[in-house]
Amino acid sequence: MRVMNKGQNRRSVLAGLAGTGLLLASPGIIGRARAQAGDAIRLGAPFHRTGIGASYGRWYERTANAALEVINAGGGINGMPVEMIVEDDGTDPKRGVELIEKFSAEHKVDAVFGHLFSHVAAATAPRAGELKMPYFLCSEAHTLAAGGFNRYCFQPSISDVKSQVSSMAPWISENLGKKITLIYPDYAFGYDHRDNMTAAIKAQGGEVVADIAIPPTETTFTRYMPRIPFNTEVIYHVMVGPAVMTFVKELGEHLGSNRPEIFGFIDSLEAVDIGIPQLEYLEGTHFWEGHARYAQADQTEFDKFYREKVGVDENGASVDDARDISTYAHMFSVWETLFAMKQAMEMADYKGPDQKIAFLEAMESIEGFEASNEFPQGEKLFNGKTHQAFSHQNISKVTDGKLDVVYRTSIEETLYEDETDYTQMSF
Amino acid sequence: MMDLAPYLLLAGLEGLVMASVLMLTALGLSLVFGVMRVVNVAHGEFYMLGAVGAWACAQFVPGHPALAFCVALVVAPLLVGMLAYLADWAILKRINYDPEGTIVSTIGMLYIIQQLTLMSFGPDARAVDAPFYYTIRTPWFGYSSYKLFTVVMALVLVAGLWVMLKRSKWGLVMRATQFDRETAQNFGIPVNRVYSIVFAIGAMLAAIGGVLVVPNQQAHYLMGGDPLLLSFVVVIVGGLGSIPGTIAAAILIGMSDGLLSVFFSPTAAKIFSTLLVAFVLVFKPEGLFGRSNRV
Repeated sequence: MRVMNKGQNRRSVLAGLAGTGLLLASPGIIGRARAQAGDAIRLGAPFHRTGIGASYGRWYERTANAALEVINAGGGINGMPVEMIVEDDGTDPKRGVELIEKFSAEHKVDAVFGHLFSHVAAATAPRAGELKMPYFLCSEAHTLAAGGFNRYCFQPSISDVKSQVSSMAPWISENLGKKITLIYPDYAFGYDHRDNMTAAIKAQGGEVVADIAIPPTETTFTRYMPRIPFNTEVIYHVMVGPAVMTFVKELGEHLGSNRPEIFGFIDSLEAVDIGIPQLEYLEGTHFWEGHARYAQADQTEFDKFYREKVGVDENGASVDDARDISTYAHMFSVWETLFAMKQAMEMADYKGPDQKIAFLEAMESIEGFEASNEFPQGEKLFNGKTHQAFSHQNISKVTDGKLDVVYRTSIEETLYEDETDYTQMSF
Repeated sequence: MMDLAPYLLLAGLEGLVMASVLMLTALGLSLVFGVMRVVNVAHGEFYMLGAVGAWACAQFVPGHPALAFCVALVVAPLLVGMLAYLADWAILKRINYDPEGTIVSTIGMLYIIQQLTLMSFGPDARAVDAPFYYTIRTPWFGYSSYKLFTVVMALVLVAGLWVMLKRSKWGLVMRATQFDRETAQNFGIPVNRVYSIVFAIGAMLAAIGGVLVVPNQQAHYLMGGDPLLLSFVVVIVGGLGSIPGTIAAAILIGMSDGLLSVFFSPTAAKIFSTLLVAFVLVFKPEGLFGRSNRV
């Protein structure tokens, strides 16, 4: 009786397993049947729909949809429509790697774009190289330009942290102070900030008096605040994750009116309304912005066009819901990356994977982009050797609860010596 | 850097706030285990639902944030309590409170609640206004008065729970059920209903913790993980099912976490509490304060 039961159990378990296997495989079969080279260009979009990067993911997806609408309305790329296959990576490095495999094996996409969080990108980029999958980052980590990735990885729109930090350090030390306390997330992206800011401020004759690393999953921050030394002249903060608002609020509670200067990366407040009572103390403090959230007095036609297409109002919120604040300082990189890919694909007369190498070489040959509807953040240089773009950076001051750009760096200020040459690497 | 005294003051305050919220959530877990012998892995999700409920109240109740807060303090735990009551009826009762079965099924509940919240509430962290804003200023640092208010609230609630367990008829019934299920049943105590109600009360305590904490932290669908872990730590250190032990352990863990994370680092604090659990399990498995199973 027992034996028979076991047998029955095993059989039913096996049947169940087989059924599950079929179910799991079926989308793959459909996917493979659908993916025919030459009828469309398919782009894999692993966005952070959930996990600690969710607010970025939501806006990256909206921005990508808006850009593709513009591209397809204009006839697509080389006469082919562009399709985007979105998958949620959960802001999880492991899932990021799985997805690039899925995009390659199952969806058979032409390229993958849209990763932001550096720990996800750092895990995914090597696998993209192994799979020979063109991989376009919308991240900011310096790892790519430092030679840490491979020839298949590009960052054609947003500048890396090294370039952001080194271009702004002179302004910070001249206008705010020379004794800096750094507060940053305890992973790759944060270390880029720590290392580059420490070096850049030293070059200006200043010093970092304390550096405070905080895990990106932390939910309460008051306990870290006592480590801010009293002789701090500038608090430099860059935080990410769902608790950013708590961080800024608790910083304000801790410091009170007798605060030092504060220079933050808008990352600490992306997707957060800065006009709420708890954040009033930020009045007069400064922020880095990749792209100015509030429409400026000298707003370009290009920014106006881009804002309208994505559905963002002049305060950086969704036109449908004023409380839904965008990740405006970062998300332009999705829009611009898609247009950079389009340009390179057109240069290579890209029809499908047969022209993959020509497409990548065309990308490497591009020297920069003009400010335009396609590149609303502004003109940029592109370094084909390091695969990294360099663009103007904005320093904004909180004035009447809004961010006003007070300084825009030149592109020259953002440049540094090449640290790698991917063109010497084989495909 | 600060002098020792203000440093100690800040660390103490942080520890106190942590201890008080922890006391509520851990008491819920401990009560459920004590009476029902159920290890509720979904406990952190009830805490999260409390926070999400507070956010929902803030959306629907107009006027001053304090009004929405008061509504949330009643409505959110009640709804969560009803959900828990339902879950007990629909799942736990069906598997006869089998120890292994309840662990697996509450893990299932954890994922169901988490994913439903993700699908409805969304993946974002959402802020809820505190009922009042006032920053207490010391010469060295500022401190949110609302955080101190949560300490007072937690103390009042725990005292209320204590009185309920010790003085009311319902408390007597619960203690009788915990002490000896069969005998209680023989005396006409509707043990199954007691179980349902205890499970609901446990969930409500977690939900109240969520409501209290959300003006400090923001509601997020993954926020249930940390309190669950810490509640387990507290309950193991204090002795499963022992209410005084749970209270004492919550204060011990909360204060040591506050002090260690301010003076050393939050990672050191986590290492300490996990080590403490390991040592307790090895040398005094019944918990530091666990004498018997009586409340």
